[in-house]
Amino acid sequence: MSTLAESPLAPCHQALGARIIPFAGWNLPVEYTGLLAEHKATRQAAGLFDISHMGQIRARGKGALAALESLLANDPAKLTDGEGHYSFLLNDQGGVIDDLFLYRLGSEDFLLVVNASRHAEDLKVLSTAQNQDVTFTGTPGSAAGMALQGPKSPTILSKLCQAEATNPTPPARNRIAKYRIAGHEALIAATGYTGEEGFEIFTDLPAGPVIWNAILEAGKTDELLPCGLGSRDSLRLEAGFPLNGQDLSPQVTPIEAGLGFFIDLTRPRPFPGRSVLEPQKKNGASRTCIGLKGQPGQPPPRHDYPVFQGDRKIGVITSGVPSPTLGHGIALALVTTPAPSCGQDLEFEVRGRRVPVKVSPRRFIPKK
Amino acid sequence: MTTPNDLLYAKTHEWLRLDQDSATVGITDHAQKELSDVVYVELPKPGRKIAAGEVIATVESVKAASDIYAPVGGEVKEANPALSSDPGLVNREPYGQGWLFRLKPDQPKPTGLLSPSDYATTLPH
Repeated sequence: MSTLAESPLAPCHQALGARIIPFAGWNLPVEYTGLLAEHKATRQAAGLFDISHMGQIRARGKGALAALESLLANDPAKLTDGEGHYSFLLNDQGGVIDDLFLYRLGSEDFLLVVNASRHAEDLKVLSTAQNQDVTFTGTPGSAAGMALQGPKSPTILSKLCQAEATNPTPPARNRIAKYRIAGHEALIAATGYTGEEGFEIFTDLPAGPVIWNAILEAGKTDELLPCGLGSRDSLRLEAGFPLNGQDLSPQVTPIEAGLGFFIDLTRPRPFPGRSVLEPQKKNGASRTCIGLKGQPGQPPPRHDYPVFQGDRKIGVITSGVPSPTLGHGIALALVTTPAPSCGQDLEFEVRGRRVPVKVSPRRFIPKK
Repeated sequence: MTTPNDLLYAKTHEWLRLDQDSATVGITDHAQKELSDVVYVELPKPGRKIAAGEVIATVESVKAASDIYAPVGGEVKEANPALSSDPGLVNREPYGQGWLFRLKPDQPKPTGLLSPSDYATTLPH
């Protein structure tokens, strides 16, 4: 009954011959040249991804910081102007409503980049903190976004930035600034979801296709490929990044998901779920997220496959993929504690058969 | 998209090549394109008896695992040994070296399968 939203970059995808699939209420490209080629391009050169489906919510006003402090699990007060960090919107049980990136653009101006599937829910939760000193704007489909990722992304972005004399240099990791590229204003952050060096570019609807095409043009000599949701998923899992709806859900706390690093419990103010997270952080939770790696030639691990230690079922795979970089299966699994340690042998079950895997660090590729 | 004229097709995108009392089965060009890069193929063991329409193999791409159905009933005679080391053959040569398995059909004349032209009409244009 509900129709699928179209990306502002849809004409670009069509011109590139992308294969389009429905995703989180949107029509989005799953691949252009092919998932493996796009995955490889991003690891070795550069990839350009449409992220216009991701929500861009702006919190403005002299009460913006206080409102965000009362809702988010990482402390927004830690951010300086032009800085961003990973954070969570939690329910009262400490479960994840959404995982997001929060950027401080100024003392009274913040940008939240949220998951498409949770965007409407996020706005509803944020509205509970609305008052005359803060406004939240940014409904689904009101902005364009793209991610330029990979070792050659700084070279490509620099070409576009240098065309304008007033631009600052490309942002340092986790920083965001205003730029003018391809004749349009954009916010550019040095963040991403691939485990590679890279940038996320946030702009308005009309500027989206112009900047997209300009980046593709600038990257022509750098083996840049447009990349779809398929490679976005395999890239993020190799980097050990969670996907909301699979690895994260309202029934899983960030501490159980192994993301306790991003929860700040030292600050005085309360936030939803804090009373559940405090004992979990201190004493450990009853479940935890581990990495699993398989062997070449074995069936790949997938979402929802059960995980066994000997005869005992200890949990379930939350995300799994045959890793294009490593040539074997990799997975994140939510298991009961005490969890087996790295290097220990486990099995998952698929089609009535057990497949051996080893416990691994959750980051499957080296940190860049 | 190619649809060779000397094969029979299932609605579920498998093809069947009859050669006296042996039938070779694979997936169509359309199917391999939809699946994209195949990275793992699970094939039936020789000797297994199957009914038409039964899940007989699994083809996995980076994105997903897809069931393959037996286009006809019979006894599995051979699984393509080349696919364990080179599953990408399914993409590169879906009607050739990328075949999945051979079986001895129960019936000399298969029923319920589509002609090349009828199968082609089921594909998106």
